[in-house]
Amino acid sequence: MAADPIAQFQIKKIMTLGHIGPYEIALTNSAVFMIAAVIFIVGGIMLAGRNVIPGRVQSLAEITYEFVAGTVRSTAGNEGMKFFPLVFSLFTFILVLNMFGMIPGFFTVMSHIAITGALAALVILTVIIYGIYKNGFKFFKLFWPSGVPMFVMPLIVVIEILSFLSRPLSLSVRLFANMLAGHITLKVFASFIGLLATSLGVAGWLVGILPFSMLIALTALEFLVAFLQAYVFTILTCLYLNDAIHPGH
Amino acid sequence: MATNTTTQSQTAKAPFPPFQGETFPSQIFWLVLCFVALYVLLSRVALPRLGGVIAARNAKIENDLETANRAKNESEAAQASYEKALADARAKAQALASESQAKAAAEADAQRKQLEAGLKTKLDAAEAQIASTKTAAMSNVRGIAVDTAGLIVERLTGKAPAKQSVERAVDAALH
Repeated sequence: MAADPIAQFQIKKIMTLGHIGPYEIALTNSAVFMIAAVIFIVGGIMLAGRNVIPGRVQSLAEITYEFVAGTVRSTAGNEGMKFFPLVFSLFTFILVLNMFGMIPGFFTVMSHIAITGALAALVILTVIIYGIYKNGFKFFKLFWPSGVPMFVMPLIVVIEILSFLSRPLSLSVRLFANMLAGHITLKVFASFIGLLATSLGVAGWLVGILPFSMLIALTALEFLVAFLQAYVFTILTCLYLNDAIHPGH
Repeated sequence: MATNTTTQSQTAKAPFPPFQGETFPSQIFWLVLCFVALYVLLSRVALPRLGGVIAARNAKIENDLETANRAKNESEAAQASYEKALADARAKAQALASESQAKAAAEADAQRKQLEAGLKTKLDAAEAQIASTKTAAMSNVRGIAVDTAGLIVERLTGKAPAKQSVERAVDAALH
């Protein structure tokens, strides 16, 4: 009954596919959910109608499209729209995987630092490569804000570089930690109910109403967090891309 | 039961799952595969399709609004021209009515004048006839008066008066 709250994050090997160098590549529960997410997103858009008056699926797809397009346009400008497919992919991938994670028994892919770290690395590398490709050396004006007195400039430059370097860290840890902590909390409160029921009998079932109502509230909160973290990752990606497009504040 | 305890003890000994380094290659491998597939499918197929539908709808709405606007302007122009035609017709009818009224009045006037003139000539003729009849009658009256007066005087006096003196007396009485 009192299941280990960490067990839900265990990556389970379904079958070993082969090796790349010394590393074993296996089909895992995490991989299955990622594949499912890709099929869900692409299938959802492709199966949506193309009517002037949209149905439910088409409405959902169009609302998501316009929501992401609006976010990109408002934070990175019209030039940022060339990154729209990337931002849309990131947002839907994270959102769908987080929502999958809310279904009992499903695996939460974004509760693994390897995944969030790789996504954050993708964003930061895109920013650096595109920033240097587009602006050349001027990209480094990002660390050299204009209108700052010379005597504080060394300090500012150090702070700017540190803040830039901390971006991938905060981007990946924020998403990973939120998903991990939320799911642990849900599991802990859920196991309280079982614990009370097995140890106290009928009185335990009655007292169990308390953690159960807490669990309901937390589930609602976790749905919010699942959406919000996907959105935060997206909007930060847009802000960083904006730095690459328009460096030098 | 035995396998259960062994797996539990294994998970207890194993590090925290997100930090199990041996799972990283598989996770990254699948992430790259899935994310690249997602990106390619979305950017090449799904998003152009979705964006096309939205753009087509916006274009259609804009087009429909424009058509509606044009129709509105046209109907307003038609209304204005209709109102103008109505006003013109009304003015024309009024002019026609007043013209025919004036014509009728003039005609009636002329007829009346003609009638009046005819009546006047008839009246004059009648008056002349009355006057002539009156003078004729008057002369007859004088003759009768002279004869009567002569006869009365003769009956009273027994002697016929001179005709001239009777005539003189009658004339004096008549005038």
